Amino acid sequence: MRSLTELTLRPAEATVADPGQLIPVVRRSAVGTCNPLTKIAVALILMVGALLSIDLVSAGIVLAFSLVLVFASGLDPAQALKRLWFLPAGALLAAWGTAILAEKTGAVLVDAGPLLITTGSLTAAAAIFVRALALAIPLVVLASTIDPRDLADALIQHLRLPETVVVSVLAASRLLGLLVVEWQTLSTARRARGVADGTPLQRCSSLLSGIFTLLVQAIRRGTRMAMAMEGRAFGRAGRTWRRRSSFHLRDLVLTAAAVLVASAAITSAVVLGTWNPIIGG
Amino acid sequence: MALPVTAHAFSWRHADRAEPAVGPLDLDIAAGEKVLLLGPSGAGKSTLLHAIAGVLPAESGEGTGEILVGGTPPDPRRGEVGVVFQDPDAQVIFSRVGDDVAFGMENLGLPAAEIEPRITASLAAVGLDLDHDHPTAALSGGQKQRLALAGITAMAPGVLVLDEPTANIDPPSMPRIRDVVLRLQAETAATMIVVEHRVDLWIDHVDRVIVLGRSGVVVQGPPRRVFGDPDLAEVLAQCGIWLPGAVREPPATRRPDSPTDSRTDSAAEAVLRARHLGVGRPGALNPAVQDLDLGIHSGEAVGIVGPNGAGKSTTALTLAGLIPEYAGEVTANGPLALGAKHARPFRWPSSFLAPRIGMVFQEPEHQFLRATVAAELALGPRLAGWSAAEVEARVTELLRTLGLENLAEAHPQGLSGGEKRRLSVAAMLAPRPTVLVVDEPTFGQDALTWAGLVDLFIDVLDHGSAVVAVSHDHAFLDAIGARRIELGAGALVD
Amino acid sequence: MPNDAAQTPAPNTVSVPPHATTAPATKKWRVVDYVVTAVLGIAVGLIFWVLALSWKVLEIAFQAFPPSIGLIAGLWVLAGPLAAAIIRKPGAALLCEMIAAIVEAVLGSHFGATVLLSGFLQGLGAELVFAAFGYRRFTLWITSLSGLVAAAFMAVSENLMYNAAWQPSFQVAYAACALLSGLVISGIGAWYASRAIARTGALSAFASGRR
Repeated sequence: MRSLTELTLRPAEATVADPGQLIPVVRRSAVGTCNPLTKIAVALILMVGALLSIDLVSAGIVLAFSLVLVFASGLDPAQALKRLWFLPAGALLAAWGTAILAEKTGAVLVDAGPLLITTGSLTAAAAIFVRALALAIPLVVLASTIDPRDLADALIQHLRLPETVVVSVLAASRLLGLLVVEWQTLSTARRARGVADGTPLQRCSSLLSGIFTLLVQAIRRGTRMAMAMEGRAFGRAGRTWRRRSSFHLRDLVLTAAAVLVASAAITSAVVLGTWNPIIGG
Repeated sequence: MALPVTAHAFSWRHADRAEPAVGPLDLDIAAGEKVLLLGPSGAGKSTLLHAIAGVLPAESGEGTGEILVGGTPPDPRRGEVGVVFQDPDAQVIFSRVGDDVAFGMENLGLPAAEIEPRITASLAAVGLDLDHDHPTAALSGGQKQRLALAGITAMAPGVLVLDEPTANIDPPSMPRIRDVVLRLQAETAATMIVVEHRVDLWIDHVDRVIVLGRSGVVVQGPPRRVFGDPDLAEVLAQCGIWLPGAVREPPATRRPDSPTDSRTDSAAEAVLRARHLGVGRPGALNPAVQDLDLGIHSGEAVGIVGPNGAGKSTTALTLAGLIPEYAGEVTANGPLALGAKHARPFRWPSSFLAPRIGMVFQEPEHQFLRATVAAELALGPRLAGWSAAEVEARVTELLRTLGLENLAEAHPQGLSGGEKRRLSVAAMLAPRPTVLVVDEPTFGQDALTWAGLVDLFIDVLDHGSAVVAVSHDHAFLDAIGARRIELGAGALVD
Repeated sequence: MPNDAAQTPAPNTVSVPPHATTAPATKKWRVVDYVVTAVLGIAVGLIFWVLALSWKVLEIAFQAFPPSIGLIAGLWVLAGPLAAAIIRKPGAALLCEMIAAIVEAVLGSHFGATVLLSGFLQGLGAELVFAAFGYRRFTLWITSLSGLVAAAFMAVSENLMYNAAWQPSFQVAYAACALLSGLVISGIGAWYASRAIARTGALSAFASGRR
C-alpha cells in the first residue's frame, strides 16, 4: 500500500517547478480558454452519457470523445498518462470483480470451481472497464485547465453564488498541493521513526497517525489562512472583481459538441440494442 | 495616513485555555512610530498583533479592556491595518501573482480600473519583478513574504503589523525582507509594529522596543536604553531574546575537531560513507547534487552548508537512508553495519534503520506519532529492543534534560514551537543512533531553545554518535565543532 | 447555509460556556469556518484519493465475499461527521463531504464524476442528523448516528450506481456491512478524531476546541 502511494503521489513534472502542483494548470489551449462553467457543464453532460447505462457502445463513444479532449486541452499526453496510469488499472480491477460477480448468462468460458466466467459476464466486465474510464477522464482533463480564481469569478458573477463561501473554498483549494507535499514528508518521516513496516496492523496504525497529523496541520494552516484573508479586508460587503468572466463562441461549440456526443452515445446504444440501464433494468 | 495604536487594560483569553494569552496591558503607540515587540514564547505577542489587526476569530475567546486603532476598535474590513504573518504558505490566497495582490483591493471595493496600475506599482515596490500571471506556487518563501507585503502595500494601510515576518525564511534572505518592510514604512510613514526575536535585524531601525512578559509590559523605551541597561540584560536573556552583539556562547562549547583531512581519507573508520553520490528527489529529472564523496565518523559533527536550492535537505534525506541515491551509493560500515543484510541503509527496513540512523526533519510536527510526549520519547528505544526499565530510565532522563517533566502527558502537537523542536530532536536521539542527521535544527528558535539544542547535540557527540547537520547557522555549527561540507551551485534567487 | 460571514467586531461580547459538546455562540459562518471546512474537505479528499488507489487492491482481498468490502466502505462518509463535529455550523457536513468528493474526482478517480453525486448524498445523510437535533448539541451519539445515516445513504446509492450488476442478496449484505462500518469508522471514529485534534490545540478558534 505504501509503495503504491509513493508512486502515484509523485506529481507530474509541470511547467511550474513546484512539487505541490499536482495538476499543472493549462491556460493556452482551445479547451483551456473556455469559461470554467462551460468545462463543468461539459463534464456533467458527458457523465450523463456514460452513467445511465452499463454497455460498451455508450461508454465507448464518450471515452473516444474524452480522449480527443485530452489533446484539445493542451495537456501533454505522456505526462497525463504518467499521472493517470492508475485509472485504467483501477478500471481493470473493477471489471475483474464484475466478471466474477455478474449474473451468469451466455456460454461458459472458464469454469474453475468457484471461478465461473461466461460470455455474458465478460461483456459486462468490458463495459464496466470502458465506462469507468469514460466517467473519470473528462473530469480530470477539464479540471486540469481550470484556475480556481477563474472559477470563483464565474461562480459569483454568473451563478450569483455567495462570494464569501466561494472565495474561501477556492482559496483553500490552493492548499491541496501543500498537503500532497506534506503527505510525502509524513511518509518519509514514518520510515525515519521506524514504524513504516512491520505487520499490516502496525502499518495501519502508523498510517493513521500520519493521517491524523495531516488533519491537524491542515486545520492549523487553514486557521492561519483565514486570518490572513480577514487581515486583507475579506468579508466586507461591496467586493469588486478585477476581471469580468465571459462566454465566447468556443464555449457554445464545446457545449454543443458534448451534448451531441452524449445523445449519440445513448441513441446508438438503444438502436444497437446494447442499452442496459442501471435503474429499472 | 498613519494611525496611533492604544490599549487600555487589554487582555485576551483563548477559549481553550485557563490563563489569558495576553495579560492586561496598556500601550500607547504614536502615529508613524516604529516599534519592536519582544518577549518570551507564550507572552502573547502574536495574540496582541492579531488583536491590533482585528483578526482574532470571533467566538474563539474572551477579551477585556480595549484596543483602539486611530481611536476606534480595529476592524480589518476597513483595511487600516496591514498584517504579515510568519507562515509564507498561509498568506498566498490565489494561484496567480496579480490576483493575489489584487485580493485586498477587491475586498475594499476598488474599481477594476484603479486596481491594475496599483498591482504593478506594489509589485515594483517590494522588488518582485514578475508577470501578473506568474504562478504563486513557484515562489520561494522569501518571495511569498514579498508578495504578502505587496498585497498590503496596495491597500495603503495606516498601520503595518508584522508577526515574525522572517522566521520561516532562510537567513540570507532576512535582511532583504526587512529592507523591503522599512522602505514601505518610509514611503507611507505608517505606524509599524514588528514581533521578532532576532533583535539585531531590527534594532537600528526602530524608535522603541517593548518587552512583553506573561503579565503585561516588562519594559519599554528607545532601543539604546533598553539594551544598554545592564540591569535589564538578565531579564532579556531569560526571555530568550537574541541580544544584539552578544556572542552566542553556549554553556559548553565542544572542543574543535582534530584536523579533518587526515580522517576523511581513511575509509575504514567512517561509519557512513558516500561515494560518487548524486542526490535528487524521487522522480526528479536532474540530480540536485553530483559526485559527492564523504566519510562520516563516530563522534564527529559535520555541517552541510550552501545556498538555497543547493540540495542540502535532499542530501540529508539520502544520507539518512530515507530516499534512494540518485547516483553513486551511501554505505554503512563498522559498528553501523553490524547485523545489516545490506550495505546501503536505503535497503534497510524502517525498524532496523531508525535506531541506527536518526533523521530530524525541518518541521517537528511531521515526525510526531504518539499522543503524549512521554510515549513519543519511548517509541525509538522500544523499537530498538530496549527493556522496559531501560526505556523508562531514558525517557525520565530526556524529560529532565528538555525541561518537559510537567508536559510528559501533553500532546506533542500541542507544544510551543521551541518545545516541539527540542522534543523532535530528543525523540530521534533517544535510542542513541550511531548517526543523527538533522535539517535546520535551529531555524526560527529563540536563544533559550538554541542553547538547549546545543547541549543536546554535544551530549550526543560525547556519547560517540556522529551528527550531520544541514544548517545556515554557523554559530550553531561552531558550537558543536562541526567541519563543513559546502554544497555549491543551483542557488535559488529569493 | 447562511452566506454572509459573521464577524463580531467587539471582542469582549463573547461568552461561551466551556464544554466539549456545546454549539458555537452563533450559527452564522465566519471566514475561518469556511476555510477550515474547505481545508478539511481537501485533506479528506486527498486521503480518499490515496485510498481509492489501494481500494481495488483491497477489493481483491475481499474477493471471497465481495459485499464484505462494505466493512471498510464506511470510511467514505468520514468527511461529513468529522466536519460537523469540528466546525459545528449548519451545512458543514454537506459542504465538507462535497469538497472531499470534488477533490477526489479532480485528482482522478475511477469512480469518476459519480463521486460528486455520492458526495452530495453522503453529506446530506450526515447533515440531516445534526439538523434534526437543531445543531444544538454535538455529542458522541449524534455524531455516531450521523455516520450511520450517511452510510445508509451511501449504501443505497452505491448499490444503484456501482453494484447494479450484483445479485440482490449481495446488495443487502453490502448495505449491512456499510452501515456497521459507517457507524464505527465515520461516526464513533470521527468523534474521537475530533476530540484528539482538540487535544493538540489546533481547534482553539472553534467551539469544539473547548476543554
